[in-house]
Amino acid sequence: MQFGIFTVGDVTPDPTTGRTPSERERIKAMVAIAQKAEEVGLDVFATGEHHNPPFVPSSPTTMLGWIAAKTERIILSTSTTLITTNDPVKIAEDFAMLQHLADGRVDVMLGRGNTGPVYPWFGKDIRDGISLAVENYALLRRLWREEVVDWEGRFRTPLQSFTSTPRPMDDVPPFVWHGSIRSPEIAEQAAYYGDGFFHNNIFWPADHTKRMIELYRARYAHYGHGTAEQAIVGLGGQVFMRRNSQDAVREFRPYFDNAPVYGHGPSLEEFTAQTPLTVGTPEQVIEKTLGFRDYAGDYQRQLFLVDHAGLPLKTVLEQIDLLGEEVVPVLRREFAKNRPADVPDAPTHASLLAAREAGAAAVQA
Amino acid sequence: MDTITLAVVSAGLSQPSSTRLLADRLSDAVRAGLAEAGREVRIEHVELRELAHPIADNLVTGFPGQALRDAIETVTGADAVIAVTPIFSASYSGLFKSFFDVLEQGALTGKPALLGATGGTARHSLALDHALRPLFAYLRAAVVPTAVFAASEDWASAEQNGLGQHIDRAAQELAAVLLRQPARTRRPDAFADVVPFEQRLAALKLP
Repeated sequence: MQFGIFTVGDVTPDPTTGRTPSERERIKAMVAIAQKAEEVGLDVFATGEHHNPPFVPSSPTTMLGWIAAKTERIILSTSTTLITTNDPVKIAEDFAMLQHLADGRVDVMLGRGNTGPVYPWFGKDIRDGISLAVENYALLRRLWREEVVDWEGRFRTPLQSFTSTPRPMDDVPPFVWHGSIRSPEIAEQAAYYGDGFFHNNIFWPADHTKRMIELYRARYAHYGHGTAEQAIVGLGGQVFMRRNSQDAVREFRPYFDNAPVYGHGPSLEEFTAQTPLTVGTPEQVIEKTLGFRDYAGDYQRQLFLVDHAGLPLKTVLEQIDLLGEEVVPVLRREFAKNRPADVPDAPTHASLLAAREAGAAAVQA
Repeated sequence: MDTITLAVVSAGLSQPSSTRLLADRLSDAVRAGLAEAGREVRIEHVELRELAHPIADNLVTGFPGQALRDAIETVTGADAVIAVTPIFSASYSGLFKSFFDVLEQGALTGKPALLGATGGTARHSLALDHALRPLFAYLRAAVVPTAVFAASEDWASAEQNGLGQHIDRAAQELAAVLLRQPARTRRPDAFADVVPFEQRLAALKLP
């Protein structure tokens, strides 16, 4: 099972000091967070993509390319890459390029984005959101899998004799996760292709997450990619930890109360009861996270949000230390218990390459 | 025959509330009309005052907590809705509107509905037609022709004058709609009725 960090990349004033980091500071902090994640033994770093302040990560593959050069082991991913408003040709090329630079340590999570004006800014219509995700991804798959593509669709200029360049590393496209919070259509899309499905459950109650994942698993089996239990599932999580539970609550409360997404709404206690948010000790985080399996089944990827709402970098790095030292080793051990042997790990470049070579050998024999 | 369920949404703020009183009168009258036709009715109340915090939380977080979710399911799962609000500043109350704001798009499409409102004087009665009807038209609810306004003085009117007549007429209209309705049709469920992906791909094919 993979564990990692995902970041939104928001520039938010620290509500306890009023200080707002500069964009440069925030961008560098995201790099430091990725490096720390690798240092403490996490498996994945994923960045969001946004095209409006107060967010900084508009160019994820630029950032991930830089992080690739600074790291050796961690998988670089996104949370999410906008399949609706980005040109699928550019996604194909950017991520193939990144694959080569990062020696295959790359996958990608596709999402539709939730900021209305981004669609018109990029010449699209939000009412086409699902259709854009469907058509653009169908093209993206072909660009990665076929050397020369002739294509015509609704949303983009036709292509004649087009070759996306560079070709994916070893001709193995990056593994794709489809992220969606509330759209059954996207769970269906992930299932159809046998891709991964990531439910960013951090602001949602468990029964909603369960419904989305159950649909994806059932449809994954329906399309013949394996059993429902073998479908590739990822989940989010949101944590703030201190050795003493009360210290965690006291320190995190002002960040919670003023958080851009849910601040000034439910209380910290209500939100903790309703969503995956855990504010407390590493043991409490372990307990809550292990509980995800009760409604999501055995899953493949767990990403934690630790760096939003104006938390200072130093605090965020302390959180990642706690994750790496105290939380994730226990989660690895506990999640491995009673996990059926035929539930696969999340695909990586190496596993996809090996699977393809095994397939080719089987055809030859 | 199935029991008919009526969801009664009431946005009164005081205790006791004349808005709730009107809502009760309307639902009792509908129940009586359906009983004459031999139909049983289950009435489920949704008091928005009790949901004021959860509704505000949903506006901020984008998802309903458990109590609000139960209320939303009561309303969307009912055979008909009776919705009654006090008139504040020339329109429905903010709480009333906020509840309908957090429903999923299409949640009330085709739903038979009876509208009511309360206010200090009859001067506010047109709010039913210039505020509530457009809202429910947007929600594509099937609103019956008579909507009922109760001003303070109406509570002192003789039973078969004014208010009582309005209540009976509106209730008969809703009962008639419910009696004409075939057995309850299941609302499409995006999870249970997922569109096969081939269909989505095919729909995007150029002619």
